[in-house]
Amino acid sequence: MSFAIPFEHAMMLAGILFFIGLAGVLVRRDSIFILLSLEVMLNAAGFALVVAGAQWHQADGQIMFLFILAVAASEVSIGLALVLWLYHWHKTIDIDKASSMRG
Amino acid sequence: MLRLLWLIPAIPCASFLLLALFGKRLPRGAVAAMGTGSIGLSMIASFLVAAAFIFERPGGLPFAQPLWTWLAVDGFAPVFGFYLDGLSVVMILVVSLVAFLIHLYSIGFMAGDEGYSRFFAYMNLFVGSMLILVLSDNLLALYLGWEGVGLCSYLLIGFWYREPENARAAMKAFLVTRVGDTAFAIGLFMLFTGLGTLQIQEIAQKAPMVWAPGSLFAAVAAALLLGGAVGKSAQIPLQTWLPDAMAGPTPVSALIHAATMVTAGVYLIARMNVLFMLAPQVRLILALVGTITLLTAGASALAQKDIKRVLAYSTMSQVGYMFLALGVGAWSAAIFHFMTHACFKALLFLSAGVVIQALDNEHDIFRMGGLRKALPWAFWTFLIGAASLSALPFVTAGFYSKDLILLGAWASPEGGHVLWAAGLAGAALTSLYAFRVVFVVFFGRQKAPISHTPGPSMKIPLALLSVLSIGAGLLEMPKALGNWTLLADLTHGALPAAGSAITGATTEGMLLAAGAVVPLLGLLAAGLLYLSGGASAAVQRIPGMSIVHRFWYSGWGFDWLYNAVFVAPFTWAARIDRGDGIDAFYEGTARIVKSARTLLVVTQSGKVRWYVMGVTIGAIVFILIAVLG
Repeated sequence: MSFAIPFEHAMMLAGILFFIGLAGVLVRRDSIFILLSLEVMLNAAGFALVVAGAQWHQADGQIMFLFILAVAASEVSIGLALVLWLYHWHKTIDIDKASSMRG
Repeated sequence: MLRLLWLIPAIPCASFLLLALFGKRLPRGAVAAMGTGSIGLSMIASFLVAAAFIFERPGGLPFAQPLWTWLAVDGFAPVFGFYLDGLSVVMILVVSLVAFLIHLYSIGFMAGDEGYSRFFAYMNLFVGSMLILVLSDNLLALYLGWEGVGLCSYLLIGFWYREPENARAAMKAFLVTRVGDTAFAIGLFMLFTGLGTLQIQEIAQKAPMVWAPGSLFAAVAAALLLGGAVGKSAQIPLQTWLPDAMAGPTPVSALIHAATMVTAGVYLIARMNVLFMLAPQVRLILALVGTITLLTAGASALAQKDIKRVLAYSTMSQVGYMFLALGVGAWSAAIFHFMTHACFKALLFLSAGVVIQALDNEHDIFRMGGLRKALPWAFWTFLIGAASLSALPFVTAGFYSKDLILLGAWASPEGGHVLWAAGLAGAALTSLYAFRVVFVVFFGRQKAPISHTPGPSMKIPLALLSVLSIGAGLLEMPKALGNWTLLADLTHGALPAAGSAITGATTEGMLLAAGAVVPLLGLLAAGLLYLSGGASAAVQRIPGMSIVHRFWYSGWGFDWLYNAVFVAPFTWAARIDRGDGIDAFYEGTARIVKSARTLLVVTQSGKVRWYVMGVTIGAIVFILIAVLG
């Protein structure tokens, strides 16, 4: 009972999602959007894992995705706290303004 | 009771560790209680051990307490252990008792100092090292204590390190004594090469069998040990550090001069008496070094203005007496003088400390004056100390010990009468400079108001040391005055008896009379010169006197000489050597690294997105390598 979607297509979708997320991280200066893009990247990786698990009939991929969900949740809470601090100090959420650690 | 022996050095060392680690967090009262209490416990242990030694060991049978094997390398396995005989009994009693009184005094004297716990930590380590030095039965462990004492003197002389002058004095003390220590270390290597052991008792047994009296090897080894002793005990030619060592707090000076440090050299020579008996030529040098030092330092003391420097030169002079005694073979007389000197010199320093504190850190005796009424405690204790230092006859301890040295010098076969005369002249000088200070500081018109009077923790040590400065003489009486020889009996097993005795009671009586009259003459001269001031002005008008004064004031020009011969050429060589090839190589390396850094620092932009870009490119490169490679 295999799905109609071929493995290669699903993996390609994961890759495309990943690169969309990466581009978002690189291009956006708004730190909220950077966090969103990071979520997209994480979900792309999770998707790839689920697809791979389905391909080889192993539960590992889905278990890994549960872990990724947990990591993503904690990452978002820390990330949002950082954004709040960024706003508190610089009165902006532009990530490029937070460059006081340059050498 | 003798088993308690190891506790005597262990308690101060343990207290040092605790104070060094936790001293800053402890309240001041606890620091004082621990710092002083540890020395007090050590003193009690010393008294118990000494009592046990005297009553349980008939004939002064030594007691050895080996603790552990320090290290074992092919044929060389020094044992870390303690050894108690008559000599070390005297040493631990004097060191722990005088050190305890000085610690007690410090509670009051250092009360307002910010480095309170640091002070007590260093002082405890100082006493602990000295006790290791006098108790160890192995020259290697003795050297450990010897270096520990040197380190602590450095730390304490530079205790107020924020003044560059004090730090310089500390460094000078460390470097000058290091010259002697190096000689000592080479001497140890020679002894090990010659005898194959560093255990003191084995050396004492083997040395007379291996070396004939007067043999060159023994003489060189003894001379090297003498070099170490000269450095530590501030004798000519390594004496220049001691006057500068006055930069430390007054209790430190008292400890360095009375109980620890400068007497270490005397102890070393007394301990190695077998070796020195094999080298008569070195013993003659020893006596000469002592004689020259006692005269030159006495003359220098006469010209000083700083009250502590007077006392410093006086210590050099008195240790010179001990060296003279060791050189002429009056071994127990040297230890006796060490003992009385520890009492009266500690007393003098501590009462000088009272004066200095009362006048807000004033050291110049000519700005003091008339303090007899204002500071009666300081006056009476300083007077007792000065009397004992001057060896005023019959009532003071100093008289009996100095007299014993002079008798020993007279009796010695090599040029004894000359040494005796020099010692006698030194005695006249001693009472002259001692009472000069008494008259200038305590008599005449009061020149400055006093701001501070000593509290009970400072008065008790002063009182006890005053009693000791008078009473310690009762331990040993010359033949003409009852022939009472407690100390010589105690050290009988550890030290050889005096080489030659004086023949005839008349001669001894005459010598005793001379030794009694001469200090009184010095006292009289001091009174004439400094009590009224008229005669002093007349002396200053003698042509050439100011040059002599300046010469003596500067300590016979030794500092100038050493600066010109050693320090100046060294700094000159260091200066011209600054830009040589090796330095250029390292400086060039540093410069290249520096300019490379300015290139790399561009990547550290602080912009997070650039870093993400870097990570991405890196990941792509590695994936390409993995896929294509």
